Amino acid sequence: MSTPRTLLDRVWSNHEILRRDDGVSLLWVDRHFVHEGSHHAFAKLAHRGLQVAEPSLTFGVADHYVPTRRDGRPIGDPNIARMVRTLEDNCRTHGLELFGIGDPRQGIVHVIGPELGLTLPGLLIVCGDSHTATHGAFGSIAFGIGATEVAHVLATQSIWQQRPRTMRIHVDGALGPGVSAKDVALHWIAQLGADGARGHAIEYAGPVVERLSMEGRMTLCNLSIEGGARFGLIAPDDTTFAYLEGNAFAPRGADWERALDEWRDLRSDPDARFDREVRIDGAAIAPTVTWGTSPEDALPVTARVPDPADAADAASAERVRSTLEYMGLEPGRTLAGTPVDRVFIGSCTNARLEDLRAAAQVLAGRRAKVPGLVSPGSSQVKARAEAEGLDRVFRAAGLEWVESGCSMCVAMNGDLVPAGERCASTTNRNFRGRQGPGARTHLMSPAMVAAAAIEGCLTDVRPMLEGRAAS
Amino acid sequence: MSGWSEHDGVAVGLPVEGIDTDQLIPARFMSRPRSEGYGQFLLHDLRFDGDGAPRTDFPLNATGAEDASVLVARRNFGGGSSREAAVYALVDFGVRAVIAPSFGDIFTNNAINNGLLPARVAAEDADRLLAALERGPAPARIDVHAGTVEISGESARFELADDHRQKLINGWDDIDLTGQHRDAITAYRERLRTERPWRWPGVGATS
Ligand code: SF4
Repeated sequence: MSTPRTLLDRVWSNHEILRRDDGVSLLWVDRHFVHEGSHHAFAKLAHRGLQVAEPSLTFGVADHYVPTRRDGRPIGDPNIARMVRTLEDNCRTHGLELFGIGDPRQGIVHVIGPELGLTLPGLLIVCGDSHTATHGAFGSIAFGIGATEVAHVLATQSIWQQRPRTMRIHVDGALGPGVSAKDVALHWIAQLGADGARGHAIEYAGPVVERLSMEGRMTLCNLSIEGGARFGLIAPDDTTFAYLEGNAFAPRGADWERALDEWRDLRSDPDARFDREVRIDGAAIAPTVTWGTSPEDALPVTARVPDPADAADAASAERVRSTLEYMGLEPGRTLAGTPVDRVFIGSCTNARLEDLRAAAQVLAGRRAKVPGLVSPGSSQVKARAEAEGLDRVFRAAGLEWVESGCSMCVAMNGDLVPAGERCASTTNRNFRGRQGPGARTHLMSPAMVAAAAIEGCLTDVRPMLEGRAAS
Repeated sequence: MSGWSEHDGVAVGLPVEGIDTDQLIPARFMSRPRSEGYGQFLLHDLRFDGDGAPRTDFPLNATGAEDASVLVARRNFGGGSSREAAVYALVDFGVRAVIAPSFGDIFTNNAINNGLLPARVAAEDADRLLAALERGPAPARIDVHAGTVEISGESARFELADDHRQKLINGWDDIDLTGQHRDAITAYRERLRTERPWRWPGVGATS
């Protein structure tokens, strides 16, 4: 009898070129995505006079700095223009395929990888962006790396990694109406902490995960890093295969069949052992929002923000106090009813077609009380959303419908939340200053952001969905 | 990069949890070339107010803190974004070691790749070291071989993965190391092409 194996074991061993005595493995990289922020790594490569080892496995994406109001005009900000041009130059120099501005395939790297079929089950995928964990939704090992590692992958198509410990998050039961993958993610991160999964690879499993669409699975895996995990992954199934079949770079014909045969084996054996097991009751999860400056500061929208007076010790009291001061929140106030100044629907976490549909379902026939920006996750998502008329719903509600990019997720492209303003956001980080210096971010699902836009304050989306059919 | 194993310097306490890489260097500075030096951007929005004036109550603005080479902080230091620029900001400021109960995994790798020591200590030890730094910067001594740190008479043991310890002490560079395994990489690649062609993008596509 062979030892039971986990999904991670299977994918990991398929990528191991060698393992050193100290247990560190040299792994083959199947896909490497670079973006405007990868300039430090290209500079390192140039400095050493090295070439890209496997240009056909390396793809450039313009997303982090691209303006979202572009209409073919040249980029106004010289700094941003230089960042985009540097990426174009580096791709040209090294013969890399680029999904740049104006390309219908352009979009946020973690949205377009799967959309184009570059992301597949059983691959190892890296990118200089921590939310690379998103691609794990397809049953691949996918993680973010720093510039030195990016340079190493460019030069060798391989990466040194210590095998992570394993953790399984099992989500039982079923999610209630108005509750989504984003709520599941914020819920477990609040339970385990922003470093709760440090050093671990998480496999998400259980009936809730099995019933999630690929979009939902991507949202769940995307946020793995916010709980400190090295990456997250989900065993591929028919939902996965249906999403990928026919996508531009996915295998075709006999190769597709051959791949399918292998992909069906990518799962954990029933008796496989994990270093840690966590069980969550899906039915107990409410629409969740963050109140503070770490993703672990998440609570049901029906809850009250913490009061430093109730803290366990002086250090945590001080942390709550300074967080509430930054967020401009009174201790103990109810989360629902907290006025917001603007909303943002976008980012690699929650700007896929299903996310836009969920927001539009709430917004249809209603007006937003506050301004807001909707930036689709990719140019392809944008086109599809427009074909369904979602853009008209957003516009009619008073929100701005713009081009695809990272936009207000990281505030490097000119879109930002002004200092002191409060933003209901579908993004992944509520860190101080993330959406702009002094910006106050509340993370939540697209439906919850739509609800906040209509009410002008944080609010429970559930009553607003009554009588509206899920699309 | 040259390795190191012992360091005598100045420690500063940052008694804060979850100093993420967005704090270590705000995104708006990351388009700058490294040659300008990233030390000026370290913890920028915590060190300076909206008008660019130093916040006097921030520990890195204390007298003597300009020489800081060791930082002590609370749990989850360097979580978040994979930006190596966060490490550049620390290194260019002159920081050689950060001591905290936990670190972001990507930050840890980035730190080691730049000769910066992420030293993991027990939460109680971090509290003790922070208490020793309450009145301001103080002398610090680090021994990477022994895995010890000493700050104004308080000492603590720190954890570091063996491969990270070796790399830091020897100043190893991964691209050089990997160069020794070129044949193994090529053999793997050839096997992949014949046995699992579907792992190449667009196989079987007609266009
Ligand atoms: S949307 Fe945000 S998290 Fe996603 S890739 Fe862009 S910057 Fe990173």
